[in-house]
Amino acid sequence: MKFSHESIEINAGLLIVLTLVAISIGGLVEIVPLFYIPGTVEKVDGVRPYTPLEQAGRDIYTREGCYLCHSQMIRPFRDEKLRFGHYSLAAESQYDHPFQWGSKRTGPDLARVGKKYSNAWHVQHLKAPRSVVPESIMPNYPWLAENDLDYSDIADRMRALKKVGVPYSETEAEYQANVKKFGKAMADQLNINLAGENLLAQAEAGNYDGNRSRLSELDALIAYLQVLGTMVDFKKYDEGYFAEFR
Amino acid sequence: MAHGSSVAVEQYNYDIVKKFAIMALVWGVFGMSVGTWIASELAFPVLNFDIPQITFGRFRPVHTTSVIFGFGGNALFATSYYVVQRTCQTRLYGDLLPKFTFWGWQLALLLGVVGYMNGVTQAREYAEFEWPVDLLITVVWVAYAVVFVQTLRRRSQPHIYVANWFYMAFILATALLHIFNNLAVPVDLFSTKSYSLFSGVQDAMTQWWYGHNAVGFFLTAAFLGMMYYFVPKQAGRPIYSYRLSIVHFWALSFMYMWVGAHHLHWTALPDWTSSLAATFSIMLLMPSWGGMINGIMTLSGAWDKLRSDPIMLFLIASLSFYGMSTFEGPLMSLKSVNALSHYTDWTVGHVHSGALGWVALVSFGSMYHMIPRLYDTKLWSQRLVYAHFWLATIGIVLYITSMWVSGIGQGLMLRAFDDFGNLAYTFIETVTFMHWPLVARALGGAFFVSGILVMVFNITMTIRTARQEQAAIEAKIAAKLARAGA
Repeated sequence: MKFSHESIEINAGLLIVLTLVAISIGGLVEIVPLFYIPGTVEKVDGVRPYTPLEQAGRDIYTREGCYLCHSQMIRPFRDEKLRFGHYSLAAESQYDHPFQWGSKRTGPDLARVGKKYSNAWHVQHLKAPRSVVPESIMPNYPWLAENDLDYSDIADRMRALKKVGVPYSETEAEYQANVKKFGKAMADQLNINLAGENLLAQAEAGNYDGNRSRLSELDALIAYLQVLGTMVDFKKYDEGYFAEFR
Repeated sequence: MAHGSSVAVEQYNYDIVKKFAIMALVWGVFGMSVGTWIASELAFPVLNFDIPQITFGRFRPVHTTSVIFGFGGNALFATSYYVVQRTCQTRLYGDLLPKFTFWGWQLALLLGVVGYMNGVTQAREYAEFEWPVDLLITVVWVAYAVVFVQTLRRRSQPHIYVANWFYMAFILATALLHIFNNLAVPVDLFSTKSYSLFSGVQDAMTQWWYGHNAVGFFLTAAFLGMMYYFVPKQAGRPIYSYRLSIVHFWALSFMYMWVGAHHLHWTALPDWTSSLAATFSIMLLMPSWGGMINGIMTLSGAWDKLRSDPIMLFLIASLSFYGMSTFEGPLMSLKSVNALSHYTDWTVGHVHSGALGWVALVSFGSMYHMIPRLYDTKLWSQRLVYAHFWLATIGIVLYITSMWVSGIGQGLMLRAFDDFGNLAYTFIETVTFMHWPLVARALGGAFFVSGILVMVFNITMTIRTARQEQAAIEAKIAAKLARAGA
C-alpha cells in the first residue's frame, strides 16, 4: 500500500493523533530522565529546607517578582566565580518550589548573596536602593518595612510544601528522620506543629529589619536573602579527595 | 443587499470573530503601553513611584500576559475561528460554546493581570497565572478545542487546509504545556497561593520546556496558521509549495518541543539535556525557514503588490522578521554565544524581534485584511495603514538595535579582565552603561504603541463607516417598503 499524505489531510482524527505523537516525544526524552538518572541532583551536605521565616521571605520574593531581574544560578565561568562565588549546584535548589533561577540579570545574581552584606545594608537597600548604590535602577520597596508579616497560614504553607516533597515534619517519625538528616536544632525548625513559634523566635533573635517593635515583611525577606547560597560549606571540598586531582 | 448580508451572517459566525478581533486590539494597546511603561521604569526608576502595583517586578508579568495571551491570544482566537469557517466552508460549531471561550478567556486575563498587580503569582515566567485561573484557562481551552475540531468535522471540503493543521497543533501543544507546567498544590482551597509540584532542576526544565514552546506553538505555529491563510489571500495567489508546507509542518511540530533547555545552558541542568536542546535548536532553522520561504515566495510574480498594498508590506515584513529571529535564535542557542548573551538584554531584543516583528506585524496585516470583510466594507484609510507600518518598523528597529548594544555590551563588560587578571568592571558599571540603550528601547516601544493607536483609530472609523452604510441601506429599503405600502 502506498502512503500518501492526503490520508492525513482528509482525516481530522488521524491529524490530531499524529500531531500529539510528534509534540510529545521531545518533552518525554528531556524531562522524564531527570527524575531517574542518578547524579542529576548531586548529594551535598548542608542543603536543607527553609525555616518558616525564610520560606515566608521566599514567598515575598516571588510575590514581588524579584526573579524578573535577579537570577539565582551562577554559571561555571571565571568572571562569575570572581563576582558571585562558586557555581550553583542542582542540590542547592532541590527544595525550591518553584525554582527561581531566573533568566535575566538586570541586577546581579543572588544565588550566594547570603551573608555578603549586613542586615542593616539590606534594610537600607530595599527601602531605597539609590541611597546605597546611586546608579541602581532597582525600584524602592518601602512597603516591605511598613507591612506586618502575615504568617497566619505558615503551617498550611509548609503542609502544602510537604505534599510536593519538602521534608517538613508533622509526625514523630518524620521529626526523628529530620533529626538524623539535619541535626536536632534544624529538625525543630522544620516541625510544622511549631511553625508559628519558630517563625517568631527566629525573627526575634535575628531582628533582621532592625526594628524590634514589629514583625515586618522585611524581616522575612532579609532572613531569606541571608541564607541564599550559604547552606553548602565549600571549604569542605577544598582538600583531601577533591584536591588530589589538581 | 440586506438580504445578501443576512445570509452571510447565517453562513458564518462573524460575530464571535469581531468580538475577539476587537479585544485583541484592546489588549494590544494595554499590554504594549504597559511594556513601554516598564521599559521606561528601567531607564528612569523614579517611574515606579513607590506604588507596589506598578513596580517593575509586578508590572512585567502584566505586560507579557497582556501581549502574549491578550493581544496574541485574542488575535489567534479571532483568526482561527475565521479561517476554520472560511476554509471548511461551514459555520462555526455551537453558539454558546464559542461565546464561552470569549468571556472565559477575557475573564482569565483580567483575573491574572489584577492578581499580578496584587502579588498573586506563581513566579514562573509566562505562566504566572495562579491555580484558579489556570483551571479556568484549562476549561476554556477544552471548549476551544471542541469548537475547532467539531467545526473541522463539519467541513464541506474533503481536505483540511494547511492553516488549520497549524492551528490544531497550537491548540494541542498549548494544552499539553499548560497542564504539565502548572502542576501545583494549593495552600488550601481558599488560598490563591500554590507551590509547584516539581522543584529545582526538574522544575526549571519543565518551565523552559513550556516557556520556549509558548514561543514555539503559541507565538509561532499558530501565527504560521494565520500566515498560511492571509498571505495567499492578500496576494491573490496560491501558496508557493504545498509539499514544503507538509515537510516543515511536521518538522516544526516535532523539533520545537526539544529546544527549551537552551534557556538553561551552563546551569545546574545536566549537560546532556541542554546540548540536546541546542542540537535541535540548530536543526530548527530549517523548518523555520521553510515556513518563511513558503510565505515570501507566495508573492513571486506579484512583487509589485509591495508597492501598492500596505497590508502586503505588513505580511512580508513580518515574514522577514520571522526569518531573522529564527536565524538569531539558533545562533544564541550555541553554548559559546549563550555564555555571553544569556541573562542580558540580547535575549530581550531577540524575543521582541520575534514578538513585534513577526507576531504583531502578521497579526496587524491579517486584521487589516479580515476586519473590513467581517463588516462587509473597505478600510477607512490606506494611508494610515502605511503610517502604522512605518511607525511599527521604526519602533522595532530602535528596539532591537538598542538591545543588541545593551546586551552584547553588558555581556562583554561582565567578562572583561584587566592586565592583572581582575574583573575590569563592577556590575553596577554595566547598569550605568545600559542607560542610553534602555532609553532608546523605551522610545522604540513608544513608536510601536503609537502605531497600534493609529490602527485602532483606522479600525474604529472603518467600523463606524460600515454601520453608517448599513443604516443608510436599511433606511432606503424601509422608505421603499413604506412607499410601496402606501
